[in-house]
Order: sequence, then structure tokens, then C-alpha cells
Amino acid sequence: MNRVIARKLAANVSRLKVRQEYFCTDAAARVSGFYRGQSSQEHKEKNDFANNIQQYDIAIVGGGMVGMALACSLASMPLTKHLNVAIIDGNPALGSRVSLNKGDPPDARVSTVTPATISLFKDVGAWQYIEQNRHAYFDKMQVWDYTGLGYTRYNARDINKEVLGCVVENKVLHDSLLSCIETSDFQKTFHPSRLTSMTLHPSSSSMGMDSTLLKTPSSSLGHLAKLELSDGKSIFAKLVVGADGGKSRVRELAGFKTTGWNYSQDAVICTVEHSVENQCAWQRFLPAGPIALLPMGNNFSNIVWTMNPKEAMNRKLMNEDDFVKDTNAALDYGYGPHPKSSLLEMGDMFSWLRGDVTLSATEGFEVPPKVVKLASERMVFPLSLKHANDYASKHVVLIGDAAHTVHPLAGQGVNMGFGDALALSRVIAEGIAVGIDIGEVTMLKKYEEERKRENIMMMAILDGFQKAYSVDFGPLNLLRAAVLHGANYISPLKRNIISYASGDQRLPLFS
Amino acid sequence: MASKLLNHCHLRALCSTHVFSPRFPHPTRATLTLLHFRPFSDAPSSPPPEKPQSYNNTRNDIGMEKGPTQTPSSLKELELVKFASIAETWWDSEGPFKPLHVMNPTRLAFIRSTLCRHFRKDPNSSRPFEGLKIVDVGCGGGILSEPLARMGAAVTGVDAVEKNIKIARLHADLDPVTSTIEYCCTTAERLVEEERKFDAVISLEVIEHVADPAEFCKSLAALTIPDGATVISTINRSMRAYATAIIGAEYILHWLPKGTHQWSSFLTPEELVLILERANITVKELAGFVYNPFTRRWSLSDDISVNFISFGTKNAQ
Ligand SMILES: Cc1cc2nc3c(=O)[nH]c(=O)nc-3n(C[C@H](O)[C@H](O)[C@H](O)COP(=O)(O)OP(=O)(O)OC[C@H]3O[C@@H](n4cnc5c(N)ncnc54)[C@H](O)[C@@H]3O)c2cc1C
Ligand SMILES: C[S@@+](CC[C@H](N)C(=O)[O-])C[C@H]1O[C@@H](n2cnc3c(N)ncnc32)[C@H](O)[C@@H]1O
Repeated sequence: MNRVIARKLAANVSRLKVRQEYFCTDAAARVSGFYRGQSSQEHKEKNDFANNIQQYDIAIVGGGMVGMALACSLASMPLTKHLNVAIIDGNPALGSRVSLNKGDPPDARVSTVTPATISLFKDVGAWQYIEQNRHAYFDKMQVWDYTGLGYTRYNARDINKEVLGCVVENKVLHDSLLSCIETSDFQKTFHPSRLTSMTLHPSSSSMGMDSTLLKTPSSSLGHLAKLELSDGKSIFAKLVVGADGGKSRVRELAGFKTTGWNYSQDAVICTVEHSVENQCAWQRFLPAGPIALLPMGNNFSNIVWTMNPKEAMNRKLMNEDDFVKDTNAALDYGYGPHPKSSLLEMGDMFSWLRGDVTLSATEGFEVPPKVVKLASERMVFPLSLKHANDYASKHVVLIGDAAHTVHPLAGQGVNMGFGDALALSRVIAEGIAVGIDIGEVTMLKKYEEERKRENIMMMAILDGFQKAYSVDFGPLNLLRAAVLHGANYISPLKRNIISYASGDQRLPLFS
Repeated sequence: MASKLLNHCHLRALCSTHVFSPRFPHPTRATLTLLHFRPFSDAPSSPPPEKPQSYNNTRNDIGMEKGPTQTPSSLKELELVKFASIAETWWDSEGPFKPLHVMNPTRLAFIRSTLCRHFRKDPNSSRPFEGLKIVDVGCGGGILSEPLARMGAAVTGVDAVEKNIKIARLHADLDPVTSTIEYCCTTAERLVEEERKFDAVISLEVIEHVADPAEFCKSLAALTIPDGATVISTINRSMRAYATAIIGAEYILHWLPKGTHQWSSFLTPEELVLILERANITVKELAGFVYNPFTRRWSLSDDISVNFISFGTKNAQ
């Protein structure tokens, strides 16, 4: 399989080489409309060049998980499967696929995929590949904190679901999408290169009688965006999709501003091993931030542990035994006692909230399985939150981390991106159904409207969590413990919170 | 004036039960005398009635269709001057034609579903109109013609204002898929004289600007092949339409230049159905467009009180 891709890439590269010649002359510049007013003979030549250059319906910049999910989604829908798509990514992982061996310990970079993401993968035909590889469903989740005042246990049964989510290594997610696109007969071209610059053509919206467009000999490239790649090639597309991650070049070149901040906190990420299988997702809030223990199948779990940068560096460098000891403390008696299940400390101040709602059977507090061994290197990532003020303008649109990055808490990052990919492919299909040009901004704004609402909501929740749990104020602790505790008893409320976290697209709390 | 009003009310009473429902049996009572059903009197603040058409030079000044004026014409000069004056803004999705841009996906969805069903085309195809010849009468800058071409139709776009046709041509040439559209500065009547025929004849938001809607519908019918389709959309002559389209869109939201619409020229759905019936077209489907100010989108609905669209088929003679 790897060799097949390598060959395809090589073929594409050689094709690109031939084409590059066109761009060595100034004809290329003329094609893009920089020079105007040539003779009609030149004009004709220009159009001949136009017929030879690489034109696509869509150029996806960034073939990461989200970019590939978009490609798969487009390939799977009747109205979009005819589209001619370029995928641009300089990451060698796209060309030489990683070998996935179920026997190896799991990679530390994992995602908690929600039921909504699972159904997207099933719809595009990629879930079958996940099933052939390592993945771990979980149907229970326990959240508690170090004060010992409250805890919450979620169960998939509470929301009439089989599972709450599934933990999958990022490389498995990515590889399944690549396999999926490989086996489809979708017209795609991989460009193993990076985007360096981009010209989004002068919008035809201001097309006045005296404006430049009237003077320009009409060119069939007039409605296209031009992308320049690091290997010197240029390609044209009706729509450029920025799926190029948190440091998106597309976002920068399109001039979209972002809002965001760093948390001056880092996440330590690694794989650990237990002596028994872990089947629950655990999250405990510690004074410096949360630690999460996610089941990875077999006896493995994944750890995402948030703390201040100095501590993080410390924990990355300390010897393995000490790290394991620290981890076990953080998930058990470290920093404070186990929570009691009684509401005594709170009095009954939340009784009004409960009303006449039937209480769900309370499940007892449990201690996570002990970590016996570190099973991967420890990685440290800074936490930040960033959101693009716009996702779309004429000919260009952002999806995934290019539009928003969140800290890994609650594992929502890539799920938001998958939600974007699905929403965008649907909006494109709707546009095609009624003959709208796929670069048309009114159509793209519809995508933006839909996703911005969702994403901002999710980001606000995550940021709220982050803020609430990174400051150690006594009363605040009491309050959040009460909320956690309350959530355990008030079923409908709890249902809404989990539904939201599992991607059911409902407003939390008030639906 | 009073008798006109009476006539109008009479018509309403007679037809309402048959015609108001979105799908209805053939309104066979189309034998009413309908020639004078367009009252000016009940327009709250309509401008004074225009003078009868005078064909003078202004025509050429604004670059509209030239030619012999002897044939009965649907042209209404004042209307055309209005369109010529804002022709440059056709493709500015935030400009004067914004409502048409925003409404476009919705009305195209109606056209897609009715034409696919009638002509038995695959609704899952990205080019379902492949093999259909469609004329877009009063195409303006081509806002509708281009999507129709992308959906696979062989499109002819005609408009009485030459400036519009120029803009439409330039814009369509930007994309090879739309560059196949045939644009001409002409009128429906002229096409009839040339004996052109089309599988589907579409004229959206035009009939309220023409001189004689009944004659205009006859021309549209004449361009339609037997068992072909005729699609027309326009604004209802109702108080709500007055409030929404004129006060709202022209005066408050400034979407449309003031004076774009003349309330008295609006047709009610029942009037449209009847004049189409007389032109040998049976209306089979009628839908309303409603605007949701919160989502800022249009959607199709049974509410035909403001904007509505009709799909009819030409009876085989
Ligand atoms: C430490 C950490 C832990 C995380 N943990 C979780 C978790 O537990 N759960 C979860 O759901 N999410 C998690 N996330 C977030 C998740 O990894 C991202 O949301 C996800 O990877 C976003 O995918 P993407 O495709 O948008 O971007 P990326 O995965 O960043 O992919 C971007 C792609 O674009 C390519 N690219 C970049 N620039 C260019 C260019 N100029 N030209 C061409 N190609 C370019 C890159 O090579 C790359 O392949 C975590 C993130 C981090 C940093
Ligand atoms: C409101 S616009 C509608 C444009 C287009 N049909 C759409 O819906 O996007 C009305 C158009 O009809 C044209 N028009 C008005 N009277 C006409 C007539 N009698 N014959 C042909 N075109 C006419 C005008 O020039 C104008 O472009």
C-alpha cells in the first residue's frame, strides 16, 4: 500500500515538473492577470496556457486529519464526488504511510472521538479501517477533584447510548482516512509541498463598467484563486480550504484575524500501562489543572496532564519510576482525599434545582486502575486557545485547527474539526445542487455561521472549565464541587452536558 | 375606480378557495374577463399612473433593446431605466440585487425539484438538467442563468436592457461552465417571432415590471414546447407585500433603490394562475418564499402572501 502511494506521488511530481516549465516564463504571471492589455494574439496564447495549467475545483491545504476528513466526505456524497480536488501537504507522513502494528504500544497522540465523529467516519466508509486497528470504546466516565467534595460518574446508558466515545490514536484516524480516499475513485491529486503564497482573485462583485474586469480580456481563470507552492509550482482552484492547522498559512494569507490567549500552562502527554484493562475515562482536577486517563485498549491508557510549564519540564525529565509514582498519586490520594458521596457540606442548597426530577441511581466513587509502567516518551505541549474571527471569504474557507485551537481538555479539538469538515462538505453539496459556484461567499458564510456558533459554544465551555479549575480559591472549589456533585444527581442536566460533549449539537443546560 | 375595486374583490371571492392552496386542481373558471384587473386605486401611496408608453430616444440612451416598435411590446420604459441605472451592481452580493442573491438557492431548489420531477431527471445528479433547453427571460446580470448552466442546462438568457446583457456575458465568461450560455438583448415577443422553442421557460421577478402581464404570459407560453415547463416568480399584491417589499426592502433596509417596485403592478397568485391558464399553461405547483430575519435566509413555504413562485406545464394543443 505504501509503495502504491509513493508511486502515485512520484508520478504526480514528475507531472508537476513538466508543468513547471510554463511558470518559468512570464506567461505565468500574465495568466494570473498581472499584466493587462496584450494584443489579441497574446490573449489567445494566454488562454492556451490556461488550458494546460493545473486547475482544480477545490485545493485542500493541509492533509492532516481534518483536511483528509473533508476529502473523504466529499468523495462519499453523490453531489460532490465528481469534484476535482488537490491536497497540498509537505508532511512526508502523507507519502510514506506509517506502519500500524497492533502489537506496538500506542502512540501518545490520541483523540477521544465522539459518537458524532464515529458516525461521520462510518458514513464516509473510514470506520472499517479504525476497526481493523487499535481503538478503545468507553461507556463510563468519572470526573472528580482533589478537594474531596464532589464527583460525577457518567454512564452511556444515561443518554441511551452504547458508548460515550472512543479513544483512537491520531495516526490511526489519519491512516483510516487515507485508506478511505485511496480506495475511492475520487479525482484527487496529492501535492507533496507547502503553500507559500496565494492570490485570491479580485472579486467580481465590484464589477463595474469602468472597473478593471471590463478592460481585462475575459479569462477563464478570472474566477480562480492562485496558490504558489514551495516547490515553485502554481495551481488554481475555485475554492481554497485552509486545513493547515493552528499556525495556518492560509488564514494568514487570507488576512483572517484571530482572537486568543495562552494559558501559560502545558500538557504532558504519554502512554502508560496497567496490570488490568481500563474501561473508563477518568478526569481529576488538581490545583494546577486536570489530569485525564483515557483507556487505549489492552492494558494501556493515555495521559493528558495539565500543569505549569516549570512542573511540566520537570515531569518530562524526571526518571520513569518517579513519574509513575507521581501519576498514581495524582489519580488517587495525592493533593486531597477521595470524595464522599454525601451532600452534607453543601446543605441542601441545590434542592431547588432538582425539582421533581427523578434521581438517577448513584454510582459509587471508584479509584482508577494503578499505572505500572510508562509506555511511551513524554511529550509537552503549551496550551492555548485561538479562534479565527472569520472562517470564510470569497474563494477561501478555514476548517479544523486553522479556524480554532483549544486545549486538549475533554478531547474536543479534533471533533470540532471533523464537525467543520462535515458541515463544509454538506454546504458545498447544497450549493452544487442549486448550481452555485463553489467559491461563492454567500454559500461559504452559511458554513461559517453554522460552525462558528457550535465552536464558540464548545470553546466557551472548555475555557470556562479551564478558568474554573486553574485557580485555587476555597469558595470556588466548593461551588464547582457542588456543580459536579449536583450533576451526578440531576439527570436531565447531566444528560445535556454529556450530550453536548458527545457531539449531539444541543445547547447545554437550556435545551 | 370603484367598479375596478369591486371587480377585483369579486375575482378574489371567486377564486380564493380554489387557488389559494399550494396544490390545487385546474382552475377551470379562467373565463372571467381579466383584462382590467390591475387597480391602482388601492395602492396606499403609489405614484401617479404613468403615461402611456412613448417610444422616444431615451431608449437608446440607456442601451435597451432597439428595433421595430410596431410589434406589441412588453417593455415598460420607466422600469427599464431603473434597471439600466444599477446594472453595474448585478454581481455585488451586498449591492442592490442582494435580495436576488440571497433568494437564489431557495428559488433554484424549487426549480430543481419541479423540473427534475417533471422531466424525470436524476435528483442526485450534479448536472440534472443535462439535455434541457432553458430560456431565462429578463435574465438581468445572469444571477439565475449561471446556476442553471452549472446544473447542466443549455441556457439562453435574454433581457431588454443591453447593459445587463453585457454584464451577464462578461461574468459568464469567467467560468468555462457558464461561458456556454447564450445571451441576447431581446424580448420574449421577439423570440416568439423567431419561433424559438424551449423545454423550460423561466422568468423570475420580471412580470411585475412588464407593460402587459397577460400578453407577456402568452409570449412565455408560445416559447414553451408542448408539455414543457413555465416557471414564474413575482411579488404578491397584498398589504404584507407592500409592507415587506416596498417599505421594508426599499425604504428601511435600503436593499432596493426606492421606486424599484410599483405596488399597483403586482399580481396576486390567483391572477397569475388565471392569465397563465388563458395562455394554455396549467399551474401545477405554487410555493411562497418566506424570509427569516434571524437566520437571514429564505425558505420555501405555503405562505404565498409576499413572494411566490409558480411551476406550470404547457397543455398539449
Ligand atoms: C498536545 C496536543 C494534544 C491534543 N490532544 C487532543 C485530544 O486529546 N483530543 C482531541 O480531539 N484533540 C486533541 N488535540 C487537537 C488535535 O490534535 C487537533 O485538533 C487536530 O490535529 C487538528 O487537525 P487539523 O487537521 O486541523 O490540523 P493538523 O493536525 O495540525 O494538520 C495540519 C496539516 O497541515 C499541514 N500544513 C501546515 N502548514 C502547511 C502549509 N503551509 N502548506 C501545506 N500544508 C501545511 C501540516 O503538515 C499538517 O499535516 C491535541 C492537540 C495538541 C497540540
Ligand atoms: C428584478 S430583475 C430580475 C432578474 C433575474 N430574472 C433574476 O431574478 O435574477 C428584472 C429584469 O427584467 C428585465 N426586464 C424588465 N422588463 C422586461 C421585458 N419586458 N422583457 C425582458 N426583460 C425585461 C429588467 O431589465 C431586469 O433585468
